[in-house]
Amino acid sequence: MSIEKKGDCMTCAEKVLIMTGNHAAAYAVKLCDVQVISAYPITPQSPVVEKLMEFVESGEMKAEYVAVESEHSAITVCISASVVGARVFTASCANGLALMHEMLHWAAGTRLPIVMAIPNRAVAAPWNILNDQQDSISQRDTGWMQIYCRNNQEILDTVIQAYRIAETVMAPVMVCYDGYVLSHTLMPVNMPDEKLVREYLPPYRPHTVLDPKSPRNINPVTLADPRMNAEGVLCHGYMELRSLLQKSLLGSVSVVAEAGREFGRIFGREYGIYDSYRTEDADLLMVSIGSLASEAMDTVDNMRAAGMKIGVMHLRLYRPFPAEVIAKAVRETGCRGVAVLEKNVSYGYEGAVCSDLKAALFDHGVDVFAHSYILGLGGRNVSVSDIEEALNRSYGYLEKKGPDRIKGQEWINCRV
Amino acid sequence: MKEDKGPTSGCDHITASSTPATGEGGRTGDWRVLYPVISRDGCVVAKTGKPMCYMCWMFCPEGVISKTVPPEINLEYCKGCGICAEECPSKAITMVQESGE
Repeated sequence: MSIEKKGDCMTCAEKVLIMTGNHAAAYAVKLCDVQVISAYPITPQSPVVEKLMEFVESGEMKAEYVAVESEHSAITVCISASVVGARVFTASCANGLALMHEMLHWAAGTRLPIVMAIPNRAVAAPWNILNDQQDSISQRDTGWMQIYCRNNQEILDTVIQAYRIAETVMAPVMVCYDGYVLSHTLMPVNMPDEKLVREYLPPYRPHTVLDPKSPRNINPVTLADPRMNAEGVLCHGYMELRSLLQKSLLGSVSVVAEAGREFGRIFGREYGIYDSYRTEDADLLMVSIGSLASEAMDTVDNMRAAGMKIGVMHLRLYRPFPAEVIAKAVRETGCRGVAVLEKNVSYGYEGAVCSDLKAALFDHGVDVFAHSYILGLGGRNVSVSDIEEALNRSYGYLEKKGPDRIKGQEWINCRV
Repeated sequence: MKEDKGPTSGCDHITASSTPATGEGGRTGDWRVLYPVISRDGCVVAKTGKPMCYMCWMFCPEGVISKTVPPEINLEYCKGCGICAEECPSKAITMVQESGE
């Protein structure tokens, strides 16, 4: 249940409601005038769609809710509805998201601006319903954009921004937030004015339109080479279409930045590509995605108090990977090392974010070490002291030079 | 095929799409290993000069057999599946090996 209280937003009279991260996502979907919702319930995502069903059933939301028998069908309904010009939404996580995998490629390859909320959850086996980020990280190569949130306000604001970003880039967006840690935790959330949301987010103008008067087949077999169609137009082959998707995604970092700036202008809460906390003059930088970065702020306060120069960087945008922006930001802190703490692992190597960050630092000639730490898998609690333990280990490498700085990935608070 | 305007490059589509028209799937005839030949002595339409039977037209999954007297097969798009030869009640269609290049 939400409790209303008077807000104190500087730029507009926003109501403040106390709600979970899941309900924040649902309220954002309502504010965005989404027309078609299809989802299959899965813990911890269920309250997102239950709330949306309530909105549709009560007539508060003029949308179609399509109940289906699986996540594969849910995303397929979204793809079909998006192709014919509707603004659509779905939500899933863990094994449900994994079941969508094939259709995630279809959505991105068709360039459909679908937005999906993902309350991150561990992927079985063994069976587990608790939080880590393995589910969305495992989908990073599908052509979807991925934005990670640190609190419930960010979830609500990011879903609204996600539609603007998706409909500009013409690519689908995943809005990821930690299951339970955010999805089931009550926090005060400023509710944007619906008229201002409409100003921020104009109605969706689809680029794929199915019109019986001018019939078209979307996604016919598209072989290797460009091909002349029946009208004598040379049409792209598979590689050209995929290259266009890649170019749009690589160019979309500025779209995300613009969407965050404009959101700040209208609603008074500005968003960037990354967030930083006490990174000025830092010797060691802790990099993370999602709520772990919020937790790390307390750790860093403690460690700074003990005289250790440590800062936190939260990568809000993970796909496309804003390599140049991040490398520049790391360089500007003047740090000597980076510790990447994450709730996922690319099995057989290290944390996925760490690998991506290393590649960015290497490409841009930023000479710092980057250590990978894995924490909190399958809901294992991550305490301030766990983060402190990881940061202490990397802190000991600051004086080392060359290859001595290299250290393999480590799992924190794992008892084997 | 519609009027041939020649190749115009610079397709502005970001999503693969096509209009329902002959040839939109490409020249599928070049997939063929065997091609069908209708015997004028065996096909009842050819023999009688009357429109009848048309089981080949009915069963062709590619729609490349015409409902004419006699029936004609568009080898530009016939994939050589052989269903027409299988279905012809008069056994008037033979599948012949492509010479290959």
